[in-house]
Amino acid sequence: MLQTLWDSRVNCIAVILFAVGFATLLLHRNLFKKILGLNIMDTASCLLLTSLGYIEGRTAPIIVDGVTDVQRYGNPLPAGLVLTGIVVSVSVTAVMLALTVRLYERYHTLDLDEIYMLARQEEGEK
Amino acid sequence: MKKSEFRKWLKSWDAGEFDFTEALSDRASLPQPDGGSKDHPWKLEPINRLEQGEIKSFRKSYPFFAVVLCCIMIGFLLLTVEHLPTFGAPDAPAHNEVMERYVEKGMEETGAVNVVAGVILDYRAFDTLGESHVLYTAATAVFILLLSLKGGGEPERERKIMQSDPLLKSTARIIVPLVIVYGIYVIFNGHLGPGGGFSGGAVIGGGLILYAIAFGFEPLDKILNLKVYRMIVLCALCFYSLAKCYSFFCGANHLETIFSPGKAGMIFSAGLILPLNIAVGIVVACTMYGFYSIFQRGRI
Amino acid sequence: MDAIELMLLGLLLVCGIATCLSRNLLVSLVIFMAYSVVMSIVWVLLQAPDLAITEAAVGAGVSSVLLFLTLKKIRDIRKKVQDEKK
Repeated sequence: MLQTLWDSRVNCIAVILFAVGFATLLLHRNLFKKILGLNIMDTASCLLLTSLGYIEGRTAPIIVDGVTDVQRYGNPLPAGLVLTGIVVSVSVTAVMLALTVRLYERYHTLDLDEIYMLARQEEGEK
Repeated sequence: MKKSEFRKWLKSWDAGEFDFTEALSDRASLPQPDGGSKDHPWKLEPINRLEQGEIKSFRKSYPFFAVVLCCIMIGFLLLTVEHLPTFGAPDAPAHNEVMERYVEKGMEETGAVNVVAGVILDYRAFDTLGESHVLYTAATAVFILLLSLKGGGEPERERKIMQSDPLLKSTARIIVPLVIVYGIYVIFNGHLGPGGGFSGGAVIGGGLILYAIAFGFEPLDKILNLKVYRMIVLCALCFYSLAKCYSFFCGANHLETIFSPGKAGMIFSAGLILPLNIAVGIVVACTMYGFYSIFQRGRI
Repeated sequence: MDAIELMLLGLLLVCGIATCLSRNLLVSLVIFMAYSVVMSIVWVLLQAPDLAITEAAVGAGVSSVLLFLTLKKIRDIRKKVQDEKK
């Protein structure tokens, strides 16, 4: 089993990074750290997807000298999907950061527990 | 690291001191307003002893359970990785007849030498349209959240300091034209080599951000203000939508006589891929610059 | 190629864990930028050059700039309130 894991080490690293990002998301109470953790999870899953399109000994799917033999090129499909994924990741990060700035303006704290308790208290006061 | 320092580091996980070098939450150091009006919820109501005990035991056991959960997740995912097809094997199920069709017939059907560009802008152009709209929606959401009509997130003194830095100015004078020309090159050669609309647009956006940092916003405000931004993004997205969605109503035949695949390897070939690349690149560049401008000063 | 690939993957793992464990926000942000740059080189090794250009421009460029701007805005808001207090 260790041999197969060593052969597909890129997949293993992608999976471990996903768990590291998830742990960051769970364990830190600071909103900024949570955003960094979410970004790490995003890039790790993109790494896993792209590694499915790699074929040993073949080059990138850009046609050279008009030779369209399928045995010489890798798989173009996962790269196209991940391109969309990277752009969506940066969009989500931008919206999350805007929300963080507004939350800090309102409550003057980046601690998620405190924000939640303050919001609940406001709700109770109403 | 000594043992006492290590213990202090372990304990600090509970304290929450994660902000630059100062305390995380500023509520305690801020002035308490008289009467405790509803707009300034600085004071947290004292919680009763039972709740305090519950919260303390929760805070002590939560890190342990989170780490255990992540280790279990790593174990399950590594088991799954073992069952996935071997990394780099040519007979994996992902490399089926769809890939063969796209690689073999891609160049003659779309005219694009870069098969990935042919896939995302010709065979699967609808997905890229959705993605451009996602980017536009994110820009609108950030705009709604951070719009400040008073105008000015940046103190005057800091702006003067930033602008009068000669090293930044002289470096930017050399680098910004190169960056923007490289971005235009990447967009125009999206169907002939690596690159495309998103990459080139992001590079151009980065160049514009560097220009705004080095020389201030005034020179850019003349050419890239809110009206121009709206018009550019609207035209680009409408062009993309019309160029690919009319076939829903007119049957599956595209404008092949006007935009023919052409001779592969020339810049003006590959049908509609070049105009779509330019449209997407413009949207991405304006969005990236718009993000920077909204974060920095509250308006575009 | 094997040695370079192993080194880059190891660096990726180290950067990812260091971002999580660092206590200073600014330091973890800079390590995150390095993580993005190393990821961009890993894309090249996996024969996906489009992704490499996009990740370099977006991850180590625009996304990191936005994170820096957020930290700056938070510091500005805190300074303004502390000045008002005085």
